[in-house]
Amino acid sequence: MTAIPTPVTHTAAPRRGLGRPLMYVALVIISLFFLIPVYLLIVTALKTPDAIDLATTWALPGTWNWASFSQAWDKIGRNLGNSLFLAVVATLLSAMIGSVNGYALSKWKFRGADTLFALMLFGMFIPYQSVLIPLFQFVKSIGLYGSIWALILAHVVYGIPITTLIFRNFYADVPGALIEAATIDGAGFWSIYGKVIFPISIPGFVVVIIWQFTQVWNEFLFAATLTNTSSQPVTYALSQLAGGQAVSWNLPMAGAIMAAIPTLLVYILLGRYFVRGLLAGSVKG
Amino acid sequence: MKTSDRTWSFVVLLPSVILLAIFVYGFIIQSGWFSLTDWGQDPVQALSAHPVLHFQGLANYRDLFTGFLDARFRQDLVSTIFFTVFFIAGCLILGLGMALLLDRNPRGEAVWRTIFLFPMSLSFIVTGTIWRWMLQPSGGLNVLPQAVGLPKGNFEWLSSGAAVLKFDWNRLPLLTAALVGLIMVYVAVRAQRDGARTRTLVAGICAVLLLGWALLIGPRLKLLPGVELHGFNLALVGIILAAVWQMSGYTMALYLAGLRGVPDELREAARVDGASEWGMYRSVIFPLLTPITLSATIILGHISLKIFDLVFAMAGPDNSATDVPALLMYVTSFRGNEFAKGAAIGMVLLILVAAVIIPYLVSQFRRAEA
Repeated sequence: MTAIPTPVTHTAAPRRGLGRPLMYVALVIISLFFLIPVYLLIVTALKTPDAIDLATTWALPGTWNWASFSQAWDKIGRNLGNSLFLAVVATLLSAMIGSVNGYALSKWKFRGADTLFALMLFGMFIPYQSVLIPLFQFVKSIGLYGSIWALILAHVVYGIPITTLIFRNFYADVPGALIEAATIDGAGFWSIYGKVIFPISIPGFVVVIIWQFTQVWNEFLFAATLTNTSSQPVTYALSQLAGGQAVSWNLPMAGAIMAAIPTLLVYILLGRYFVRGLLAGSVKG
Repeated sequence: MKTSDRTWSFVVLLPSVILLAIFVYGFIIQSGWFSLTDWGQDPVQALSAHPVLHFQGLANYRDLFTGFLDARFRQDLVSTIFFTVFFIAGCLILGLGMALLLDRNPRGEAVWRTIFLFPMSLSFIVTGTIWRWMLQPSGGLNVLPQAVGLPKGNFEWLSSGAAVLKFDWNRLPLLTAALVGLIMVYVAVRAQRDGARTRTLVAGICAVLLLGWALLIGPRLKLLPGVELHGFNLALVGIILAAVWQMSGYTMALYLAGLRGVPDELREAARVDGASEWGMYRSVIFPLLTPITLSATIILGHISLKIFDLVFAMAGPDNSATDVPALLMYVTSFRGNEFAKGAAIGMVLLILVAAVIIPYLVSQFRRAEA
């Protein structure tokens, strides 16, 4: 079930007089539910602090105030950098691990491989609250507490199940005959991976990288427990910015836009692969 | 296939297996052990590098479920169940609706799809920050009606103290037993219709025992000395709204993939048989979507049971009206330094999630093997 919802035209789509206009009315109303918060977000980010008044929440800004963004950057710019480093490193590491794991699990099955995989998969669903205290202690005991590497470690380890799952499903579609032919030619585990599997893995890598990047960038619980001020990623910094009572609302709104842009860009540019990861995470192939 | 290749595949997996064995199963066992100790009761030990822990059995759990001071946990547990039910219902209904609309091939389908799905790419913290502003008591949604000339609303989105569907905590064992008993009756009836005799018998006996217990012993059981009411806190409505905003695109994507998988011939055949448009959906398409509904329910359910960041961002960690167990665990452990109690809350969460996920994983693997 990794099919993506691509537009397919049903040749016999019903055309009834009232049906289609009603359909568009419904689509517009639902879209408003999704877009109104975006309108409010942008409008508020562009207002001057003294123009932010609960009564005029919905009005357009009288004067457009772009300074909110540079002010927000001063507060969370460093955290954006942390998030970028964290997400890139953790994503690449977990993609590589996932690729080799998925290859081993789908193409060289040994006895008990499925059970092992099911046990691995459980790690994807556990509430991290149930491992948080030992994780916190462990990270402290190896001297990583407060460092960004603590977060990288957590994201790579807890990312293994999903990246393995996506690659396993992806490689399942690679015909076994291809592997057999390579074996007859004398190729072994690693040379098949290097010459046959890896070169055709790019779509798989794209899905995994997009999915992991988004997950790591957006994560909050580990960020709140394993880091300190210097290594906090942007989600935590934003929650502090927005939770503060003294701060005017234009700042958290500008911060929210900046924290959202990387994953939003990924989604808009590569949405197809994003959806594929989304579906892969829920249903086993 | 040479044996050395098989060996390689095992060797390659070994590091991941070891890491997950430690970080998932090892840590769960360790949390389980912490939850049975007194870690955190003595402030001196709480933050020491090598705390001295004393085993004290299930005392933490007993406190959580029946202790005078832990009413907050009980309300959180009730909140998380209500939250899950309304959140899943919202996502399923809205997601199915959107998928059915998009399945009719409107113009600019890709644009609509993008609009419905984009919140999925955001962090719960970003969503929470935006909706926190939307739900300010005298701004945002409450003044929205004024934009079209209507009087403004005055709902206390995140702070309302009102609760509905209240029940006495003392009745919880009774209600649970009755509910599970009724489900067992349903399972037994279904099993009998399918001709599965053992399943009918087992489910039937369970049903009788549970219902009998609920009728005879349940009413006399007292968990607490007095009445303690818990219900659905209306302050959660705003958080559910934001969560549905973020996640309903996900069910839309699932349903749309399912609808697109329905062969055109099947729709055609139903039409030829004279089925109305609605009749076709009811008797052909919806039954095909049932497995998707089940998957979505389970995935959304486990997300909802551990929801933490959205509540943190929208209402802060100390807002009791919108508190949930995942948040309470964080506050108890990392603000209050009551690590043993925090671990116990973590274990309760794990049990809740495992009860949803393990049957799902098992059934998925059984289907894959078949």
